[in-house]
Amino acid sequence: MPIIEAKNLEKTYEGEAGAASTQALKGATLNIEEGEFVAIMGPSGSGKSTLLHILGFLDKQSGGTYKFNGKVIDEFDDEELAKVRNAEMGFVFQAFNLLPKATVLENIRLPLMYSGVDEKTWNTLADEAIEAVGLSNRTHHLASQLSGGEKQRAAIARALVMKPKVIFADEPTGNLDSKSGQSVMKIIQDLNENHGHTIVLITHETYTAEHAQRIIKLKDGAIESDEKVGHRHKADEYIK
Amino acid sequence: MKIKHSLKTAISCLRSHKSRSLLTILGVVIGITSIILIMSIGQGAEDLILGEIQGLGSRTIAVIPGREPSGPSDIAQLLTTSLTERDFQAINRKENVPTAKDVMPIVFGTATASFENDTFNLTIMGPTERALEMFNIEVEEGAFFTEDDIRSKADVVVIGSKVKDELFGASNAVGQKIKIKNKSFKVIGVMPQKGQISFFNFDEMALSPYSTVQQYILGIKYFNRFIVEAESDETVDRTVEDVKRTLREVHQIDDPSKDDFFVQTQAEIANTLGTITSVLTLLLTSIAAISLVVGGIGIMNIMLVAVTERTREIGLRKALGARGKDILTQFLLEAVILTAIGGLIGIFFGAILSFGASIAIKQFVGLNWHFTFPFFAAFIGLFVSAVIGLIFGLYPAKQASLKSPIEALRYE
Repeated sequence: MPIIEAKNLEKTYEGEAGAASTQALKGATLNIEEGEFVAIMGPSGSGKSTLLHILGFLDKQSGGTYKFNGKVIDEFDDEELAKVRNAEMGFVFQAFNLLPKATVLENIRLPLMYSGVDEKTWNTLADEAIEAVGLSNRTHHLASQLSGGEKQRAAIARALVMKPKVIFADEPTGNLDSKSGQSVMKIIQDLNENHGHTIVLITHETYTAEHAQRIIKLKDGAIESDEKVGHRHKADEYIK
Repeated sequence: MKIKHSLKTAISCLRSHKSRSLLTILGVVIGITSIILIMSIGQGAEDLILGEIQGLGSRTIAVIPGREPSGPSDIAQLLTTSLTERDFQAINRKENVPTAKDVMPIVFGTATASFENDTFNLTIMGPTERALEMFNIEVEEGAFFTEDDIRSKADVVVIGSKVKDELFGASNAVGQKIKIKNKSFKVIGVMPQKGQISFFNFDEMALSPYSTVQQYILGIKYFNRFIVEAESDETVDRTVEDVKRTLREVHQIDDPSKDDFFVQTQAEIANTLGTITSVLTLLLTSIAAISLVVGGIGIMNIMLVAVTERTREIGLRKALGARGKDILTQFLLEAVILTAIGGLIGIFFGAILSFGASIAIKQFVGLNWHFTFPFFAAFIGLFVSAVIGLIFGLYPAKQASLKSPIEALRYE
């Protein structure tokens, strides 16, 4: 059973009174298996962010059906949506979205605070996540004191601290220089290959997308192509 | 999220905006400070009045010459000469006022007293020897004057502690002669310091037989007051009626509306003054309460700005699994913590200011004022300020909790 099962997803943004409404998604159908690493590509305005937001329970579709882990999204109420976002999904954003005045540790503990996880294990879990992204020497630094690459690594640690099934990454390298971008992609690949996280990555760069096993190309709100990657890039080939 | 963590989150968010948080609560601080100050002073005033009434005794009745003033412009009515020695004798007769335990006439006026090179402006009062008991006067050194002194219009005075200090300093006053209105008076007693008692400050007073004061100092033949003490609380009303009837007989008045005197009981005075202070306190407190509402609106304003400013943070928290009620709790707690801190600071400043005010009143007004900290008001103040945070924080917090995660994350 695929973990993500989307059929004919549509999303229409209603315009303000008088303005025309825009259709961001015009019937996208895709399945993603557990443990897969999928990149969603497309030019800006193609609907790739909208698709990711719907898949990540941050937004609701206007048409079509979406099953997450076998359950139809319409069956979830807001509280359950929050619970699934918290436990099963991790998010990595282009703009990092860390709390700047909190330390790295505090930022990473944030999902734990909204979970039912026993408080005694919080620091162990957070430390594991921090170690996984190689930020152990920055644990007690304020998020605002980190470099761009470090910020994104902290954000990844936050996304994986709950050991979610799926990690959604929305242009994670978009704000980074190529070297920091490489190290971020290395971590993402490692999470997929060695820790079994399903990854859904959004990017507009072919090179970044080719780190995935499969590329779904979107154009004007519809899926243009859905193909396996012939020659995958290995992030650790380049940084050493 | 557990409430403990909501609390921690709220506190750390407030701490990251220290100066703004402080400015936000200023309105609440000022509101609570003024309420505490006003209530403390109101309480002090009421205690003072009640204390004085008790000092004089609730059975005490004052007969005052003139018609009861009907308004401020009617004050001239107070200056009449209608109470005379004949009235005193009449009231003093058992068959006229059987329930009167004590009757005492008083005259008073101001005069300058001097000893060697020192002078002092004092109030000179002329009661009878009964004053010792009726006004609860003690004599520290020497003795009080006697009935014989009254009959012989003896030139003797008993002086208050302040008069003694001003004229004699540390040296012995009893036996010395002071000059009042160019007449020599022998000091026969000194009263210990007592502060203000029932509107008379005996510390700044000299007491002399009423006959002496009438003849040598004031040059009058009438009295300023009769003080009548009823046998018991139950007989006060009857005594008042008997006194009125007796005086009307002596003054040959048939129509009570033409009375040339009026009678006041301590209970009446206490009630009147108590009502005045309560109304004043209430009035001032409600004005201060308005500032609390204004403070609350200020908090709502700032919270709304903060919610808009932190839209992205709200979106992020929701993406990470925060439920609407987690966000609501966080923002509500921030507002309540803010106002509760404001309340605490207000109580602190209110206590300091009212303590300062009590010292100032004692020092400069010379009233026997006691500082009272209105614990009840402090408790209410803290409660009210927290409630204000709750009320005015609810709308912004609700706005925050309703934000959709993606709308919030997209916000620039």
